[in-house]
Amino acid sequence: MESAIYFEEIGRARVPFSANTLGLLLGGPTLMVWGTDEQKERYLAPILSAEEIWCQGFSEPDAGSDLASLKTRAVKDGDEWVVTGQKVWTSGAQYAKWCMLVARTDQDVPKHKGLTYFLMDMEQDAVQVRPLRQITGEAEFNELFIEEARIPDSNVIGGVGNGWKVALTTLMNERAGLGFALQIRLRQLMDDVIAVAGEKGLLENPLYADAIAELHTRCETIRLLAWKGLTDVERYGQPGPEGSLVKWLWSDTNQRATQLAADVIGPQALTTGTSWSYELMRARGNTIEGGTTEVLKNIVAERVLGLPRLKVAV
Amino acid sequence: MDFGFTDDQRDIQRTARDLLAERARWERVREHAEAARTDEALWRELCELGWPGIAIAEEYGGQGLGTIELAILCEELGRVVAPVPFLGSAMAACVIEQSGTAEQRERWLPGLASGETIGALAGATDGTAELVVGGAEAGVIVLIEDDGSGRLVTPEQAEVSPFAAIDPTRSAAKVTASDSGEVLAEGCPGLGRALVAVSSELVGVSERALEMTVEYVKDRKQFGVPVGSYQAVSHRCAQMLLDTERARSATAFAAWSADSDPERLAEGAAMAKASASDAGIEVTTGAIQMHGGIGFTWEADVHWLYKRAQLDAALLGGAKRHRARLAEILADRVAASAAA
Repeated sequence: MESAIYFEEIGRARVPFSANTLGLLLGGPTLMVWGTDEQKERYLAPILSAEEIWCQGFSEPDAGSDLASLKTRAVKDGDEWVVTGQKVWTSGAQYAKWCMLVARTDQDVPKHKGLTYFLMDMEQDAVQVRPLRQITGEAEFNELFIEEARIPDSNVIGGVGNGWKVALTTLMNERAGLGFALQIRLRQLMDDVIAVAGEKGLLENPLYADAIAELHTRCETIRLLAWKGLTDVERYGQPGPEGSLVKWLWSDTNQRATQLAADVIGPQALTTGTSWSYELMRARGNTIEGGTTEVLKNIVAERVLGLPRLKVAV
Repeated sequence: MDFGFTDDQRDIQRTARDLLAERARWERVREHAEAARTDEALWRELCELGWPGIAIAEEYGGQGLGTIELAILCEELGRVVAPVPFLGSAMAACVIEQSGTAEQRERWLPGLASGETIGALAGATDGTAELVVGGAEAGVIVLIEDDGSGRLVTPEQAEVSPFAAIDPTRSAAKVTASDSGEVLAEGCPGLGRALVAVSSELVGVSERALEMTVEYVKDRKQFGVPVGSYQAVSHRCAQMLLDTERARSATAFAAWSADSDPERLAEGAAMAKASASDAGIEVTTGAIQMHGGIGFTWEADVHWLYKRAQLDAALLGGAKRHRARLAEILADRVAASAAA
């Protein structure tokens, strides 16, 4: 709750997110559920002080929505693990000290069961970071090339073979927590659009009025749903699959809002270097990152509504 | 801070749901709908339990609870498409209590609270309301003009012309009052609460339509598998849930602001009625489609939800009307901050 209020205020004050957002929102909560006392003792304080930045090594070139099919391998060697593979969409990797890494530790069991969650030290030559340029032109994300990197056994989180469950904790916090911080950004964007539309007299135009009122309503609803989700966290300890609904609604609404902004603002919104044009392009990633809308609908259908899974080849 | 119901509110919801699951089964709703009759036995029972007066002050014989408690009952009655004149009475009482004079409150609220008097409320243009749900049997009718001004009329003061609406679980009438009756206080502050009541009914209708659909698509097999395992079907169900939850959140916010932050009620009520009208129609049409051919039959009962949703969505203006109202509120806000 306090964390949510903090992120709402950060958003409202229009200052950048604090350093180490992933450590604070994903790493910390995951460690609090799955970490040993020693691990909590060692890692939580440097997350808070941002002395140690965290990044997230989940997705791979051939394992996106089907994350559990990932191929990065970790092999036991004495009291260390030797890791080889490739990760993608790793934001902040160039500044990170620790990587939340999911790797395959057992090839001979069903895909969800052979995974282990590690904390990998990024400061070793076996880990190479290459920036990944995205449609905005900037490189917010990276590719990670891992060639026989070493991880001590004490950096396994939640036990060997339990990586899928630990990863789900991280992902649910991503949908609930990060979404919470981002909804206030959307609110500000809409406030700006409403102000400009008001100045231009577009709120008296029924077509614009209808579209703006709809998006205003969606923004307020997202905020309410996010707070409701938080009530569940306080009651049940961690976010539920309902967080998928909020992430789905937020990403879709943010795309509609940036598109409407392009219309209301005019050519300035299509000019490289303006925040409007940046948001217009950046928003396309919203329905892909942190679970595509298509995967979120599967989660809602299966885990919230209890509909049967379609049988697919495994 | 807690965004869920209190324990007392949860108790009201559970008690109401259990009672209606027993008393308003589909066969009973169908029987009354086909005869276009109120379920008098159910209505009597609800009156004895004090439902019509749930949000009316105790000094007028009500239970003195809040808009959230009223919304809970409306949602439960919407779930079962109960053939009782609850909504019109509740909406009329909201407006009379908030906008009426002491004399008007004294005259009408005790009867509305006990259920002896049936009320109705509708939007009107120049004293004529085209759609008054419950209007045929109402003893008191509240008409709200587009500019927000309200008028209170009795059937003797107006021309009441009943007609057969597609939802036969409640009566419908056209009411022509011209300038007869009594004028209510400026601005009609009770209207926001009335909008919460009808929006809550739409939330209940949507929720039930989704539940019936989920049950059906889990059970119905084609090509050897439950149709609900196909993403074309399951993703539509997910969309129906999202629409329902959006309407629920917006309506809950409006109900909360009615009791705790009246400054935001006009905005909240517009968001609630817009979201709930859209959800009611989207979710019940989805329910018919996801039931396939069965959904188009009289026996499947999904159509009662669809028809109730159509009437509720139209009542006091549809989604577009409320988004237009919301845009006016936003424009006023922009103008105020520019002036400041």
